[in-house]
Formats: sequence, C-alpha cells, structure tokens
Amino acid sequence: MLTDSLGPVLIANRGEIARRIIRTVKRMGLRAVAVYSEADADLPFVREADEAVPIGPANPAQSYLDVAKVLEAARVTGAKSVHPGYGFLAENAAFARAVIDAGMVWIGPAPEAIDRMGDKINARNLMEAAGVPVAAGTREPVTDLSLALRAAESIGYPVMVKTAGGGGGIGMSVALDDEGLSKAYEQAARAAARFTGGDALEGPAVLLERYIERARHVEVQILGLPDGRIVALGERDCSVQRRHQKVVEESPSPGITPELRERMLAAAVRAGEAVGYLGAGTVECLVDADKQDFVFLEMNTRLQVEHPVTELVTGLDLVELQLRVAAGESPDVRPEPRGHAIEFRVYAEDPKRFFPGPGKIMEWDEPSFDGVRVDSGYEAGNTVTPFYDPLMAKLCVYGEDRADALEKGRKAVGAFVVVGPKNNLPFCVELLDNAEFVTGDYDTGLVARMRA
Amino acid sequence: MAEVRAEMVANVWKVLVSEGDTVSDGDTLVILESMKMEIPVLTEDDGVVAQLKVAEGDVIQEGDLIAVIE
Repeated sequence: MLTDSLGPVLIANRGEIARRIIRTVKRMGLRAVAVYSEADADLPFVREADEAVPIGPANPAQSYLDVAKVLEAARVTGAKSVHPGYGFLAENAAFARAVIDAGMVWIGPAPEAIDRMGDKINARNLMEAAGVPVAAGTREPVTDLSLALRAAESIGYPVMVKTAGGGGGIGMSVALDDEGLSKAYEQAARAAARFTGGDALEGPAVLLERYIERARHVEVQILGLPDGRIVALGERDCSVQRRHQKVVEESPSPGITPELRERMLAAAVRAGEAVGYLGAGTVECLVDADKQDFVFLEMNTRLQVEHPVTELVTGLDLVELQLRVAAGESPDVRPEPRGHAIEFRVYAEDPKRFFPGPGKIMEWDEPSFDGVRVDSGYEAGNTVTPFYDPLMAKLCVYGEDRADALEKGRKAVGAFVVVGPKNNLPFCVELLDNAEFVTGDYDTGLVARMRA
Repeated sequence: MAEVRAEMVANVWKVLVSEGDTVSDGDTLVILESMKMEIPVLTEDDGVVAQLKVAEGDVIQEGDLIAVIE
C-alpha cells in the first residue's frame, strides 16, 4: 500500500477532529501521533493516539498555532506526514511548506492552492475567470472607509463586508446603508488585524459583496486526484447559522432542484481545475432559492467540520481518501449519494443567545442506535475551556429520506445527555419543531427569525 | 456603587478603561474573549471607575469581579 509510507501520521489539531482522524489513521494500520496543549491533556484524543506530545500552554498561539513546536513534535516522533484537520494551521500555506521542507507529506492541497484560495479577493477573481458565477463586489482590496463607501455605492446596498483573509464568519457583517457600512468596516478591519496579525492602522484587506437576502448556503465537496481529475462528492446545505457560523448541515440540500445541483457540481469541478486542486476541498456557494441560481462564496482548502454528512450519504471515508491522495493514489471514486443525513453541532453555549458556556462536564451520554453517528471531543469529567471553539460534538443522523432523518434527529437529540457546560441541545429540539426547518424551506436568516 | 461581574469563564482580551476614568451607561469597560468570540462588557451606570480588577491576559471565572463603578 502506498499509504504505508505516510506513517506515523501527526495530527496537528485537537478535540473531535483529532479523534476522528486518529480513528481512520489507525484503521489503515498507521501510527497516529497527537499533539496537545496543557488545557487538553485529559481529552480522549490524547489517550486514543498511539503517541501524544505536549506542545505548550492553553493559549493556541503558544501551542496549536506554534509551527516550530508542531514541527518539533513531528521530528521527535519520526512522523512521515501531517494532517492539519480544520482551523488552526489547516489553511496556513507557510506551515504546509514547512512540513514539506522538513521532508514530510502534507495531507492537504499544494501550499500554492492554499495561498490562492486563502485570499478571498484573489479567489473570487480566479473563479470568475474560470467561469464560476460570483456576486457583484470589489475586485481589489478595500483598505479604507472612503473606498468602501464608494464601492458600496456602485454595488448597491445591502452589502456584505468581510475580511479578505481568515474565515469562519469572523469579522463578517451586513451593512444596509453608509452608517452601517462604517461600523461593519471597522469591525472587519479589527477582526482582520486580530486574526491575521495584520495592522488595523495600515488598512487590512476587506472586501464588499452584494448581499443576497433569503439566501441558502450550499457547498460542494470536491476531491482532487493526483491524475488531474476533480470529482464532486455532492453538496451540503449549511443554511442554519448563527453569527454567520454553521450550526446544522444536511445533505442533500432540500432547497435546490436536480438541475441546479448539476450546475453547481459542474462549477465546483471547474473551480478545482482552475487551481489544480489536490485532495479534499469545499466550494462554498450562496443560493438564491427563489431564482434557483448561485454564486461562488469561497473555497475551503481543507476537510470541513461537516464532512460526516457527505460520508453518511456516500459511504466514503473522506479522511481515508485524503490519505490515499496524499500518498499518490488516484482512487476510482464514483459517488452515488443515497438517503439523507443531518449534522447537529453540539456547542457549549447557551441555547437562547448562543453565548459561550465553557465548564466542567459532569455527565455525558451519547445516543447510540442505528442511523446515528457521534463525533465527539469530550467525555464525562473533561472541562470545556474558553481557549478554543465551542464545538463539543457533532451529532449526525442518517435516514432513508429527509422525514426519516428528522425523526431520527429528534430521537437522537432527545437522548443526548450533557450536564455541566451550557449547551445548544435545547436549540436543536426547537429547530426540529420549526416549520421552516421541517419543510426544508429555510434560509440563512432562519436562526435570527427564531430569536427575533 | 455598581459591581460589574463576568458572566462566563473568559480571557481578558482588552481593557479599555483605567481606574479614575469617568464612564457613562453603555460604555465598554473591557472586552472578554471566550471560545473565539469577543464579548464586550459594558457599564449600565454613569460614574467613575473606582476599582478595576482585571488586566489583559487574565483568565476570569463566572462571577468574578471586573470593575466597580461609583
């Protein structure tokens, strides 16, 4: 097996995703090496790895984001490859280059592809050139408020303001008028400075795009193979969002016709071809459900949090495919999605305002029955700390159709016991009883309407 | 006199006032960070910052005293 050359595999991440990657790495007969911060020493992923290396304090800048420490852990354990998971260093091209320069295999796309897609302005221009539809917006970085105001005038309000780098919805907001824009611009500029290390005073790169009201967020999973082919593995609907961050995802999307799905999958393949993409990636789009049309939003050059819904409907193991592609294999993947999958992100946050609720887990009991998959990062006795994102677990259900998946979702959400940290399971119960969600006729404004 | 306390476990990301500053209802005293989210802590009173109990980089627990406004 070509993949034998990848072990030991160092997993440069934590929590549920580290645990999930370890599972596949071990199943493939490879050694799994974890790294962990002081705050995470008791988490299951540390114990489940074949070997685990402490890399510093809780503050991510001094541990999971510290390239030198992660590389040193790889060196001392003799790791032959690095899987970055999502977040942290996953879309850091310099880290990918450092891994390659150290003689290891980077389980992800080429650093050049990360660079080209990491800058949202560049990505947008590249996609437009490749014939992928994009929303009206700025083609050059907007570096001060007067430029932003002028751009908004030509695009037309409402506009979406976001940072050119970074992701995860941080720094994104909608402006309805000039006054709103100055606030949104300031917020995006501050976020850009904070999360990318840029200087807010020197004008961080911000972009403006026409905002589509009542849009659905639908993304296409692609896989780039060493032989040059790009395969689309179906879509995920991620329109249940709070603060522009996903809470629930499902596949197939209940909001697109087969004809639109076909166009989106073809566009995603073109997007991958335009950057010579290798491995698992996601082309995020906004869909205007009424017009049954879509525009490119951004491309994520990594495994997504919500990849399990694709795995459930295709029967594929995306981490295994990532490893095989990284080892130089071009597996013959012919996805034939069937059934319906839904993922609920179980966050440590209060279910009303969605404010962080870290704390010690007193009780933790995961549902376990046919059609349920739980990817969790914690167990009873662990403490959910304020240093990392609030994702505790992903509760995924699979049914023969959407109605069946919803029914299994209700049963699974009701059976999941978390005592200690505040959590959003009560929100999931509410959602599963919400008419818009139940009919499938919802958009990214759903959660805000539920809380209005 | 009004006490401003932390609503959750968090890191103190920014401290925007000093002891002796005059503040009014709605002013941001400090910005906390928890789980990658910025949480501004506001005063609901007009007055002077009599005590400021946190510094940037501190980790504070739910219920910890942040400031006293007089």
